[in-house]
Amino acid sequence: MSAAPDKLAVARREILRERGQREVFCGLTGIVWLHRRIQDAFFLVVGSRTCAHLIQSAAGVMIFAEPRFATAIIDERDLAGLADANDELDREVDRLLARRPDIRMLFLVGSCPSEVIKLDLARAAERLSAQHLPDVRVLNYSGSGIETTFTEGEDACLAALVPELPASDERRLLVVGALADVVEDQFRALFTELGITAVDFLPPRRAVDLPPVGPNTQFLLAQPFLGTTAEALKRRGATRLAAPMPIGDEGTTAWLRAAADAWAIDPAHFDRTVAPARRRCQVALERIKPELDGRRLFLFPDSQLEIPLARFLNRELGMTLTEVGTPYLHAEHLAEELTWLPADVCLSEGQDVDRQLDRMQAAEPDLVVCGLGLANPLEAIGIATKWSIELLFTPIHGYDQAGDCAQLFARPLRRRAALEFA
Amino acid sequence: MKLTLWTYEGPPHIGAMRVVTSMQDVHYVLHAPQGDTYADLLFTMIQRDAARPPVTYTTFQARDLGKDTAALFRQSVVDAYERFRPATMVVGASCTAELIQDDPGGLAQAIGLPIPVVPVELPAYQRKENWGAAETFYHLVRALAGPAAPAARPERDLVATARERRLSCNILGPTALGFRHRDDVIEITRLLAELEIDVAVVAPLGASPADLARLGDADFNVVLYPEVSGTAARWLSQRFGQPATTEIPYGVAGTLRFAAEVAALAGRELPATVTAMRSRLPWYSSSIDSNYLTGKRVFVFGDAVHATNAARVARDEFGFEVVGIGTYTREFARDVRALAAEFGVDALITDDYLDVEARITELEPELILGTQMERHIGKRLGIGCAVISAPIHVQDFPAAYSPQMGFEGANVLFDTWVHPLMMGLEEHLLGMFRDDFEFNETRAPSHLGPGARGQMTSTADVELSWQTDAEAELRKIPFFVRGKARRNTERYARDHGVAEITVETLYDAKAHYSR
Repeated sequence: MSAAPDKLAVARREILRERGQREVFCGLTGIVWLHRRIQDAFFLVVGSRTCAHLIQSAAGVMIFAEPRFATAIIDERDLAGLADANDELDREVDRLLARRPDIRMLFLVGSCPSEVIKLDLARAAERLSAQHLPDVRVLNYSGSGIETTFTEGEDACLAALVPELPASDERRLLVVGALADVVEDQFRALFTELGITAVDFLPPRRAVDLPPVGPNTQFLLAQPFLGTTAEALKRRGATRLAAPMPIGDEGTTAWLRAAADAWAIDPAHFDRTVAPARRRCQVALERIKPELDGRRLFLFPDSQLEIPLARFLNRELGMTLTEVGTPYLHAEHLAEELTWLPADVCLSEGQDVDRQLDRMQAAEPDLVVCGLGLANPLEAIGIATKWSIELLFTPIHGYDQAGDCAQLFARPLRRRAALEFA
Repeated sequence: MKLTLWTYEGPPHIGAMRVVTSMQDVHYVLHAPQGDTYADLLFTMIQRDAARPPVTYTTFQARDLGKDTAALFRQSVVDAYERFRPATMVVGASCTAELIQDDPGGLAQAIGLPIPVVPVELPAYQRKENWGAAETFYHLVRALAGPAAPAARPERDLVATARERRLSCNILGPTALGFRHRDDVIEITRLLAELEIDVAVVAPLGASPADLARLGDADFNVVLYPEVSGTAARWLSQRFGQPATTEIPYGVAGTLRFAAEVAALAGRELPATVTAMRSRLPWYSSSIDSNYLTGKRVFVFGDAVHATNAARVARDEFGFEVVGIGTYTREFARDVRALAAEFGVDALITDDYLDVEARITELEPELILGTQMERHIGKRLGIGCAVISAPIHVQDFPAAYSPQMGFEGANVLFDTWVHPLMMGLEEHLLGMFRDDFEFNETRAPSHLGPGARGQMTSTADVELSWQTDAEAELRKIPFFVRGKARRNTERYARDHGVAEITVETLYDAKAHYSR
């Protein structure tokens, strides 16, 4: 981007901060996509039956016959001190690793109950690592609902990986955030064409291929919810390249340009390189735009992707924004995004779901982005919805996915129009 | 601590939610951290409910823990009452809130709301979903029907009453997210009407607090799902002298037993209109096309009531051989063990999916009657599965009327249990042309589309090999027992120090194990 964002304008923007019932997932949910991304990792939640039930329900109930995640369910014996929780955990981990010799990295994932009873999973991970290295590295992070909202689970997981990254002084670009393989391949090809070849991705596809990091690492966030990971990378000496998120033509171009500028790539070469993909992207978006242009959009807080998505749908597809809710607003990482949002949009952080539902009704939106718990009740009163979890499960980043991303929003409207009794 | 991949039941507060969501005018304030709201999607996505469950979550966070989470709970109760104006409120804690010991019951009652507030304490680290549902329903019934209870247990003479007027009953147990509960209630209500019994209240499904208050007015109770309503029905029997039914109207024989039990309460014989032939199952099952069902080896697993009743129907009405029975409902383990003993098989009482998988692998049944979990196990092992019980899945809410109970329920059982199997003549042809190049046992049933059955793999190690003619001989054994024959032969060979398996070894092993 040419001009630095107007930080004052961002600061002046009024934000509605709310506190109340939150209709969101906790950070454990991230396991559902993280375990597909890191293919030799296993996620062991140390928690309650509720945790196991949550992941099972969020995953759409048993999509994989033997998944690479499980829950070590704390029972009354652990709580009453009849059993040493650490011995119990060691035993279950031994059982698990014996069963799954293909596993190279094990995450002990903290939960609300494990946090409240102060089970020290960091020490447990150290102890278990000492036992199982070099075959299996054991790390820990918290996906508990008292500390993390939905996508913050991925942030906590990636932050746990950062201290494990090998050190390197080489000048490298690091792309941070779980992306679909197809998106990663496209970005890698574009960077290569631009002339940036030393590019790594975090998380890697295999836990044994951790990317290096050091004072000459510059990183781009591919997701808006990676505050803790960014801090951890800075502690390793890396610097963040400020950019909007690579969503839509505009976002993707600015994101790539941030790296190109840092690598002093010739602007003309940059424009030539991205031109074919940009054209394809624009053609795809033009086709969908008539369906979304002028339609009113309301976003409930869920994934923290709300602000980049609202910006994309507003600027590239002509949607009118009513309220843009986000569970947490990282003002620094979203500074570029915020300058691209219209001044009159209502930004809200946190949630009191009943009050927000009242505001939503008053705003008379054509399309509402919300979690799975709210979607059918809203459809039942005639409001088209897009479930936000799909935005994490579907590749939406980059030029060639911008059309797919727009389709996700157009389809509910098209469907309502197509059905005689909707 | 126990390693769990998949769970058959949620935590007990999910059971409480199922009861509350079933009812009208009741609101549940649940002391719970952020994230526990996932439970809403069970109702709005799986059951396709058009409204959010009537549940308020206090949503405490880590930063609240050092401060006043009790105040947060109190405020949530006050706000929920103001907004939703329920006739009754249920309060309780989820697993995490149980650890911080705020006493939701005491806090809520101290507020002095002008409605009954029913606290439910559900120990999340000991108990599970169905128990939570039963406990919540029991406490609601006690709190709301209790005030109308007579001082002493009344003596009821139903036979005498039935001479004067029609008897009435309550149907107890159907809940939200119950396996086909919605349709079972319709079917059983119709059957009761034929028996000239009025249904006073169905609860919890569709009932309001006012309905629970008049539960004692009915003459007796129909306990449709003992896992949920057994406790409440026992209490009603003690306080109001209402007898409760014990037969479950599942399968044709079960439905007849249930109808006879109800008729007997009124001192009558079973009306002539209620006969086995009201269902198509008996005729379909005895028609010659069903010959191939004879002795099919079936493994049954589910909640205790569905599993035990399905096992009986499988044996007595389908002519299957039940090779194993199991349940995840520990509370009813005794009933399942008793039935297993009657059937001469081992009962599997577990909530560990891996145990169930191991048992199925070992037994090699030809059909599984199980839950969605066993359906996945079956998919992996190439064994057909019909779903007979919760845990619930969006597929268990079909658009069509599909009860499991009563005469129509028996029709549904026939269709759904036979569907995963190879059709009669198709199976005979397979037996006849065993090695046909395009039509062989590695194929799935033709009506289930393309795909291969799982290969029954050899467990042989390097020291053990099969001679070609022995392998060929093995292929002549029907595929559904071939895996077992292969393993038995290999075990025999290993035990007897035979390195190379010949046709001889195969038949030696057959003789050895047939003893």
